[in-house]
Order: sequence, then C-alpha cells, then structure tokens
Amino acid sequence: MTIIFKPSPSLPPPVTSVGAVAWVRQNLFSSPLNIFLTFFSAYVIYLLLPPVIQWAFIDATWEGTSKASCTAGGACWAFIAVYFDQFMYGLYPEAETWRINLAVIMLVLMVGAFAIKAVNKLYLSIAIIVVYPIVAYFLFAGGVFGLEKVETSLWGGLFLTVLLGVIGIVASFPLGIVLALGRRSEMPIAKSVCVVFIETIRAVPLITILFMASVMIPLFLPEGLNFNKLLRVLIGITLFSAAYMAEVVRGGLQAIPKGQYEAADAMGLTYWQSMILVILPQALKLVIPGIVNSFIALFKDTTLVYIVGMFDFLGRIQAANHDSNWLGTTVEGYAFAGFIYWAICFGMSRYSMALERKLETGHKRN
Amino acid sequence: MSENTNPSNNSLLNDAGTRAMIFQIVLLAMVVFAGYYLFSNLQANLDNRGISTGFAFFNEPAGFPILIHLIEYTEANTYGRAFVVALINTFVISLLGIILSTVIGIVMGLARLSKNWLVARLATVYIETLRNIPLLLQMFFWYFAVLAALPAPRDSYEFADFLLNKRGIYSPNPITQDGFGLVIFGFFLSIAAAVGLIIWAKKRQTRTGLWFPAYWSSLGLIVGITFLFLAIAGFPIEFDLPQKSRFNVTGGMVLPPEFVAVLVALSTYTGAFIAEIVRAGILSVNWGQTEAARSLGLRDNLTQRLIVLPQALRVIIPPLTSQYLNLAKNSSLGAAIAYPELVAVVMGTTLNQTGQAIETIGLCMLVYGSLSLSISVFMNWYNNKMSLVER
Repeated sequence: MTIIFKPSPSLPPPVTSVGAVAWVRQNLFSSPLNIFLTFFSAYVIYLLLPPVIQWAFIDATWEGTSKASCTAGGACWAFIAVYFDQFMYGLYPEAETWRINLAVIMLVLMVGAFAIKAVNKLYLSIAIIVVYPIVAYFLFAGGVFGLEKVETSLWGGLFLTVLLGVIGIVASFPLGIVLALGRRSEMPIAKSVCVVFIETIRAVPLITILFMASVMIPLFLPEGLNFNKLLRVLIGITLFSAAYMAEVVRGGLQAIPKGQYEAADAMGLTYWQSMILVILPQALKLVIPGIVNSFIALFKDTTLVYIVGMFDFLGRIQAANHDSNWLGTTVEGYAFAGFIYWAICFGMSRYSMALERKLETGHKRN
Repeated sequence: MSENTNPSNNSLLNDAGTRAMIFQIVLLAMVVFAGYYLFSNLQANLDNRGISTGFAFFNEPAGFPILIHLIEYTEANTYGRAFVVALINTFVISLLGIILSTVIGIVMGLARLSKNWLVARLATVYIETLRNIPLLLQMFFWYFAVLAALPAPRDSYEFADFLLNKRGIYSPNPITQDGFGLVIFGFFLSIAAAVGLIIWAKKRQTRTGLWFPAYWSSLGLIVGITFLFLAIAGFPIEFDLPQKSRFNVTGGMVLPPEFVAVLVALSTYTGAFIAEIVRAGILSVNWGQTEAARSLGLRDNLTQRLIVLPQALRVIIPPLTSQYLNLAKNSSLGAAIAYPELVAVVMGTTLNQTGQAIETIGLCMLVYGSLSLSISVFMNWYNNKMSLVER
C-alpha cells in the first residue's frame, strides 16, 4: 500500500488582502494620516454635494416666465430656457437662425464624412477649407440670393464664441508654423522679425491687443478706410494665438534630431519639401498636447471680447443677468455658461489624448 | 570634381545664399514700408482729430476717484499719480496671486498624487473643473454671484474680530505706538541670529557630519526674540477693530470685494495649472531615485526633501515661470469687474477722458512687457541656480 502525499487545498487569501476590503484598507485607511484625510474628504463632499444636488435638481424650477415662477427655492433653470435662443444666437434675427443651424449641420456632416472610406479626402479637405467658409460667410451675413442682410453687430452668443474660436484656431495654426520656422531660420533678418513679433505679443496680455484692435487700428488706417470691428478683433485674436502656437511648434522642431534635417537635405529635398514631408509631420505629432492646449486657451480667451463691447456667450449671460424680470438668477447663468465652456474644453483635451494614442508610432521606450 | 553640365543651374538665382539675401531684402522692405505707411496714416489721423501726442496729459488733474489706492490719492491728483496707483495695484495683486497660487498648486498637485483614493479624486475634480472654465467667467462668478450675495453690513458674518459682508472683508487694523522701533530692531536682530545659526550648523555638519535642526530652531529664534522685544517695549500695538453700524462698517482694515474676487479667481485658476506642473515634475523623477534613497536608509520625508524635490524642481521651474507670467498678465482681467488695475485705470478711464490712445495703450504694453521680463529674468536666475551642475 502506497501512501500518496496529498496536499490539502490552498487556503483562500485572507479577506484583508483581496477584494473590496483590501482595496478600502489600502486606498483609504492605510495610515493614521490617510484615515484622517479620508474622513476629511468625505466631510468636504458631504458639505458640498448634497446641497448642490438639492439646489440644481430636486428643488429646481424648469419652466416659467419670470423669477416669480421660481418658488421651489432651488435653481431657476426657467431663466436659461427663456433666454436659450439669445444665449445661442445673440441678437441674430429669430426668423433667420436656421441659417446658423444649417451651417453648423453642414460642417458636422462634412467633418463626419472623413470617417467614410469612399470619400476622396483631398476634395473633402478643399471643400472644408476653401468652399465652406465662403458659403458659411454668405449664410451668416446674408445680402445675397435673397437672404436678408444681418449686421455683424447682431452676431452673438455661443455662435459668436464658436465662430471666434474656430476661425482663430484655423488661422493661427498655419501662421504659428510659419513664425516658428522663421524663428529657427538661418536668415538673420527673417529670424529677428519673427523673434520680435513673437516676444512682443507674448509679453502683453490679450486685453491690450484687443484694445489695440478696437481703438488703435482705426488710427493707423487712412481716412475713410475702416473695417468691421468683428474682423479687427479676429485679427487680434489670431495674431495673439499665433505667437503662442509658434513657441509650441518651435519646441517640436527642436526635438527632431539633426539627422532628420540632414537626411532630408541628402535626399535633395528643397527647404519646403523637407519641412512639409519630413520635419513638420514628426514635430507636430510630438507637440499635439501643446497645440491642443493653446487651442483650449484660445477658446477660453474669446470671452475677453466682452470687455471690448462684443456680446459673445458670456457677454449675453452678463446682459441677461440685468433683466429686471429675472433678478437673482446670476448663479444659474454662470453655472450654465461654465458647464458649456467646460464641456467643450474638456472634450478637446480628451480628444487630444485619443489623437496622441492613435498617432503613436512606437518610438517611445517603455 | 564633377562639372555641372547645365549652365542654368549655375545662375545666381539658384544660389541658396543669394536667394536668402533677396528674400530677406524683400521682407525688410515690406516691414519698413508697412511701418512707414501706418505711421504716416497715424500722423495724418492725429492731426485731423487735433490730438497732440506726448505725455503732457500726465500732469493734468485726473478728476476720477480710484476705489483701491495704497498711496494717497484723490480726484485732484494728476493722471500720472493715478497711473502709479494702478501700477501698485497690479503689482500687489500679481504678487499675492503668485504666492497663493503656488501654495494651492503644490497642495493640489501633491493631493492628486496621494495614495488616498478619495483625496486624489477630489484634487482631480478640482483641477479638471477650474482649468477648463474661462478665467473671466470665474471672476464674474466670484464677484457677481458669491460676493454680491453676502449679507448687508448690519447682518455681517463675524469670526473673532473679522467681519464679512458685501462690502468686503474687514479685519482689525494694527496701529503701532511709541517704541515700535525697538520691536523692528529686535526682529532684524532675530533674523541675523537665525542666519548665523544656519551658517554655523552647515559648517559644523561639513566638519563633523553631525546634523543640527537648524531650520526649526532658527524659526524658534525669530519668534522668540521678536516676542521678547515686544514684551520689553510693552506691546506697542493697538488694534483698530471694525465696528458694525446700521449701514456701514467703521474702522478696521477692509479688503474690497473687487480685490477679493480677482485674487480668489486668479489664484484658484492658476493654482489648478500649477498643480498639474507639480504633479508632472514629481512623476518625472525616476522611481529608482526613491528606491536608492530608501536603501541608504533615509526616512520618507527626507527622501522627498533631499532626493525627489530638488530633482523635480528642475522640471517644474520653466513651466512654472510661464504660469507666473500668465498670472501677471491675467490680472488685467480685473478691469472687467472694476478692480482698479493698470488696464482699468489707464486704458479704460484715462483713455476715455483724454483720447490719448497711442500713449495709454503703449504705456500699458510697456509695463506688462517689463513685468514679464523681470519675472522671467528672476526665474531664469533661479532655474540656473537649481539646474544640474555637470562636469
């Protein structure tokens, strides 16, 4: 008779080292300080969260025509509902707002078409960059094809904010690249022109540039020649943003090893060919986070146009706060504006992270 | 040597140096022409409008009040004086903002790295919320929604001798009496003693290797000696306490709501950015450094202070500099809620009253330019001091 050694089955790990209990012990109660911090944080959350939920949802009023209808004691979202169109379109004539909607739908469809394989990407890009802005401009401004003319002073709300943001981003990106290349160039005059421009703009706040655009530009133009305030502000925002973009791109250019420049030269590529085909694709990929950060900064900075008297999204909220029917709804207005700005900026930063992962070609050491 | 068979390739136009020269000459000509064109337009326009250039208006009476002034100022003072008042206001808010935002940033950055899950989550929510909402909106929120909703003076919140109402934060105002000079003397004496102690401790440590808790004891020296001199002089300070009356508060020191709103918005907003910089800096220090420190037998707080932090600072300082610059420039947003800083006083009121657009805007740009320059010079000096000394 042989005796076979039979090990008894392993005991399960102690409850304190696996599962929820272990997690709580490790992450919340690992030391006296941690225990204190956990209770402190829990107390902070208890102080903040329930009152906010109570105010924003449970006690909130969603419908009504004036502050008087908000009797529940919570948030008065009826204010947002009543003013919604103004927050979105500013003073754009109500009968014409379909034009803005149409332009937005067109843009969404065209950008969405990039996902379709059968579409020619080159034609689509040309359509978006060249054709679309012209179509959108005539849609917004009117005055042709029987469309009613709408002055730019009536443009406002989120529409104006997005318009400033998108045009600023689209225009400042190529300008920033050119400035960065100029700053890295070996031509002394071109280099110093770029350095002076970039450093001057970066040294002053955007407000001074906007004041310059709205007050000083008319002084520098010949008598009689004057252009639209919206355009002047747009130029200011674009130049401002381009200087920051240039510095971001320069960082990427500096990170590309010299061998890449030399290899491109050795292949017989011209300056622009080597930049466009070899250097920039690598450099820009490296600085995607920085580029998106400056886009986000630009989008947030568009709020400053309110200071020079344009009623963007935040400006319309400020204006609505003065309505005597709705006194005392400032918090609701700011909460709504804050949420929209937050959603757009946070969305952009998440998208940049996804883009970074997608373009990752595995040169990173793990 | 191969000979070039295509003669056109040898033409001057295909020479890289010549082409660069031509391009630059064209560029220079364009810049000069644009400058000349704009300048001549400017002169014609100014002549047409009858605006005389120059800073002569600086000696004229300003005629407008400034809510917050740290030096003597009345409506009868000149534009020049108003400019100085505004300049001081900008400096004060930038300096306080830099200090506060650094504190908030370090705390939140460390909290986001905390091993405590709840603390890390809370810090993440704070950072991601504040970073993604425009600063101007946050300033409006603090000013129009939070501070404007505070009670009227007669119903002020009271904490000890502090009052909080919609007119601002009131605190006791210390008024020095005779004999305060002695206390100031004692304070400087204590600082000298503390510096001496630190130098002695360092020398002793290099000589013998023995460690002395110099920083704590020098703090004790400063507090102790100053207090001693206070007692000798018979506590020559009296406090002017703020008193509530029916419609107002009298006495005490006041921080007006404009100031509080700008400061809170600036420092919480910039603090969120600094938190991310601090976090990235600490994460950039190789984990091997921590392990090496532990294997040398250093305790956790010494590991942080002597090994991780000095290396993290090298990564942190350059982006921190640009955050400080941003903060100084963003203080100009205070103009939107009537905090009387440079933009509000000079580019706002002064420009409106005198019409001297070129001078006022140019002056503002010059001031911000030099402010930016001085911050970056200082931070570059600090960065050089902290940076890695290689053989």
